[in-house]
Amino acid sequence: MPTITVDKAALFKELGKEYTTEEFDELCFDFGIELEEDTSHSTKPEDQAQPPQLKVEIPANRYDMLCFEGIALNLRVFLEKQKLPEWKLSPPASGELETLTIKEETMKIRPLCSGVVLRNIKFTQERYDSFIALQDKLHQNLARQRTLVSIGTHDLDTIQGPFTYEALPPEQIEFIPLNQTKKMNGKQLMEFYEKDKHLGRYLHIIRDSPVYPVIYDLNRTVLSLPPIINGDHSKITLDTKNVLIEITALDKTKVELVNHTLVAMFAGYAESIEPIKIISPHNNESREAPDLTPRETQVEVDYLNQVTGLDLSPAEISKLLSRMGYTITDSRSDSNLLDVSVPITRADVLHQADIMEDYAIAYGFNNLPRQNPNKSATIAAPLPINKLSDIVRLESAAAGWNEVMPLILCSHEENFEWLNRKDDGKTAVKLANPKTVEYQIVRTSLLPGLLKTINSNKHHAMPIKIFEVSDVGFIDLSLERKSRNERHFAAAIMGKTSGFEQVHGLLDRLMLMLKSAFITREEGLQNPKFSGYWIEEVDDPTFLEGHVAAIKLNIDGKNETVGVFGILHPSVLQKFEIPYPVSTLEFNLEVFL
Amino acid sequence: MAALSGATSGDLAVRILHALDKSSPLLSAEAFPDATFAQLKSAVDRLASRDMVRYDPIERDEAILEPEAEEIVANGSHEARVFEALRQAVEGLTVQELEKAIGDKNVTKVGQGKAFKEKWISKTSDGKLKAQRHSIEDVTQRVLQDIQKTRTCSDSKTLADLKKRKLVRMQRIITFKIQKGEKFALEIPEEATDLTADMLASGAWRTTTFKPYNFRALGADQQSGALHPLNKVRAEFRQIFFDMGFTEMPTGKYVETGFWNFDALFVPQQHPARDLQDTFYISDPKVADPPQDKAYWENIKAVHENGKYGSIGYRYPWSSDESLRLVLRTHTTSVSANLMYKLASMKGPDGRPPPARLFSIDRVFRNETVDATHLAEFHQVEGVIADYGLTLGGLMEFMETFFGKMGITDLKFKPAYNPYTEPSMEIFSYHKGLGKLVEIGNSGMFRPEVLEPMGLPKDLRVYGWGLSLERPTMIKYGISNIRELLGHKVDLQFVRINPAVRLDKP
Repeated sequence: MPTITVDKAALFKELGKEYTTEEFDELCFDFGIELEEDTSHSTKPEDQAQPPQLKVEIPANRYDMLCFEGIALNLRVFLEKQKLPEWKLSPPASGELETLTIKEETMKIRPLCSGVVLRNIKFTQERYDSFIALQDKLHQNLARQRTLVSIGTHDLDTIQGPFTYEALPPEQIEFIPLNQTKKMNGKQLMEFYEKDKHLGRYLHIIRDSPVYPVIYDLNRTVLSLPPIINGDHSKITLDTKNVLIEITALDKTKVELVNHTLVAMFAGYAESIEPIKIISPHNNESREAPDLTPRETQVEVDYLNQVTGLDLSPAEISKLLSRMGYTITDSRSDSNLLDVSVPITRADVLHQADIMEDYAIAYGFNNLPRQNPNKSATIAAPLPINKLSDIVRLESAAAGWNEVMPLILCSHEENFEWLNRKDDGKTAVKLANPKTVEYQIVRTSLLPGLLKTINSNKHHAMPIKIFEVSDVGFIDLSLERKSRNERHFAAAIMGKTSGFEQVHGLLDRLMLMLKSAFITREEGLQNPKFSGYWIEEVDDPTFLEGHVAAIKLNIDGKNETVGVFGILHPSVLQKFEIPYPVSTLEFNLEVFL
Repeated sequence: MAALSGATSGDLAVRILHALDKSSPLLSAEAFPDATFAQLKSAVDRLASRDMVRYDPIERDEAILEPEAEEIVANGSHEARVFEALRQAVEGLTVQELEKAIGDKNVTKVGQGKAFKEKWISKTSDGKLKAQRHSIEDVTQRVLQDIQKTRTCSDSKTLADLKKRKLVRMQRIITFKIQKGEKFALEIPEEATDLTADMLASGAWRTTTFKPYNFRALGADQQSGALHPLNKVRAEFRQIFFDMGFTEMPTGKYVETGFWNFDALFVPQQHPARDLQDTFYISDPKVADPPQDKAYWENIKAVHENGKYGSIGYRYPWSSDESLRLVLRTHTTSVSANLMYKLASMKGPDGRPPPARLFSIDRVFRNETVDATHLAEFHQVEGVIADYGLTLGGLMEFMETFFGKMGITDLKFKPAYNPYTEPSMEIFSYHKGLGKLVEIGNSGMFRPEVLEPMGLPKDLRVYGWGLSLERPTMIKYGISNIRELLGHKVDLQFVRINPAVRLDKP
């Protein structure tokens, strides 16, 4: 969630009240934003060097609160100090709109562009800084690091329309980038900014494209090279009177959302909002932008009241909703319906549920009538595999073993190479983007976690006896998710001697508790109906030869191998850096369901 | 076998008894100067526990001579040695000659200064040193000799001076003043350490003297097994859910599709939670299948792309490829979504989907940079209530009951944003230790854009809430680093000694 820093004195002046930190914290809490810090009380030198600031955390969907102006405006409306303004377009006296023609080539890289002109704006240092900071916040959040949308702002009096939005090979685009002195072409610009801390991370968005997006004026002055940088020629200053905002994007909805947000936040400092004419016939995007008409929708009075547990009249509801910026008119067609104008700032409102929430916020969440939530009787039940797991967990602990909870993700070699196991490429789920080698795959065995636990506890008195009951994961292409979990039981013992009989004894104990009788191999093989378990020697390179046994089970008339136990091979111990003998036991618990 | 412990004649305890027989009380330091403190303590404790002796420890500080002081005791003080050398040389000595006569440069230097101060020696006009007197009294030597004998010094000023000159240091000495006890005897009776079956059979227990039990020591180590503390907290949470009529959800799916983990929950495809920075994507297997219910799939596409069910949607081109990417589930809400979807096709007595209460506690994965409060894995506690006519006040009331069972009361609810719930509320509780409200969980009512594509009726309301299992556990047990709680680096001792968990007990 974004955090916005605002000047405390200036905000309280806007709100018409000197709040204490606690009072302001409470106001934020009720409105659904969060006061992170009031630097008045900070002892940090950098905080003391400037007037007190408030750091306010804004929910990720409130793009209309990402600057001082937005926070002040929304809180003033909430506190009923003002109504939300109605933003209106004013065409120029001449009647001639500025035009921006979008060339079809832009379809190859960044097809959409919108814009607006703010006439006779009065910047102060604070307003100017806020204007720049808001663009930055929008670039970071809504625009997903400029990939989806990017904004360029220009001093309209330094350039001359009509404007064109084109896509050209990088070598053909030449201009002096913002705050530079040297002219460079698109290719040189990429090299120039490669190491730049701020801009370097955006270069990838267009670098490898054969054409770069670029905006020109009538005289082929470059306004900007979206989404990287503006030209130096048209940069805005504190003295700029007329601002041209251009917004390029991949996403139709977001391009206008950004336009609305910039207009709503800063038109207050300008004399008028002037639309521009977009000419883009190839994708049917020709229009005048922006459209500042509020969205008209309807809400059901009984829905608002039912969910909130309130019983207020349409008039009372309207009054509360106006504190959240809505304009309400009673719908004539149906007494249960209210016509609601959703202001251009509220792009987060998608459904009447959003309006219902604002109704609840205006009323105060903590003032809502409490109700008994126990409307219907339901019956509790544990998940069968968890119930089964709890049985073996309790029995293992009662037998003197300690439960551990290692991680589910592990490195490829811990799961395979270190255990002398081969990856057949069809078993383990592999991660695409881990930050470290510790998280390369979903484990297919509980052993790596147990052995790592022993490794980090080898200073403790021996024997160390540990167990885990948890899931491993396997690829399973027959399923929608192409993989499945399997609940396993595993135990490990480290001591001066191997502990082979110990894990064997634990197996016997658990089988007894799971009502699985010990039978001989002959009994099991000769008569599949003879249910129970037996063990038989197997070859398994994880273990010391001759000291490893498969756990076989006759269950539902079939016999299957459910697990294995044995003395770990010394090469495995060496890999996990364990200096003493270890025996392990692992089996699939799900067969006992 | 009779476990008897007798006494041998060389035994210090027996020697103490014999000494006491001759004279009581006695001081251990005088009677047994060679015995160490540990030997004495063990012997008197053994006798005292049987009431054969009584003793009081006497602590005092003794003055001990440093090596330099021992040299003074043997050879005299530095100044006396200087004086003596000069007295013998009638003509006086140069400094070099004096040094040669004494044979120690340091003694000469220090002694010279002292001797001048005492006016024992003087300088002649030709720069030689000569004695001023016929005889002196070497007080320093005498005092040190005295201290060596008595280990104390009556004049505190002198003692302080000697300590300052690093000639003497103090040492705390504990001696025992021992006297006969009620059951004094010259021999320690034979004692049994424990009651045995043989004693019962023979009746010997009637006459046996038992060795007293040490009530100040711990009992025998039980070599016990233990359950993991985090799972003990989990058991408490499960019990709370069971108490309130919840069924446990099947969470055995670490791998989810983008569809169930995000799209079904109305998380837009450009949402930051879907970034590589936050979510683990799967490279093998590569692509998921779409859900079998094609209508549901189309409904989700529609509600994102163009809006449906009274929602205008996010209005962006929805990509099925993105939806079919496999991820490690970032929350168990993917499982809840799946179960709510299944609920839509169930029929209660009235033919409509029946009310339901569901919960789960299981592992989730975030591609986080690991630090003291973040691991790539943690456990999510999640609850879902579906019913007709539920209200927001009902959710708050439920939360009061739910957290009340953990001893957490006086909740505050803050409006919040969550893509799949509206309204969304962060749950806060006043933390007495920290003196402020702390966030303890998230809750909300699932959005119509989540529920209606599943085919759930418009008037079915669904509460959802979640919290991590680790956070309340860390707060409850004062653990500041999550790695001490989850993962292979956890100390087994922590697992062994952690008390049983009762969340309702403060």
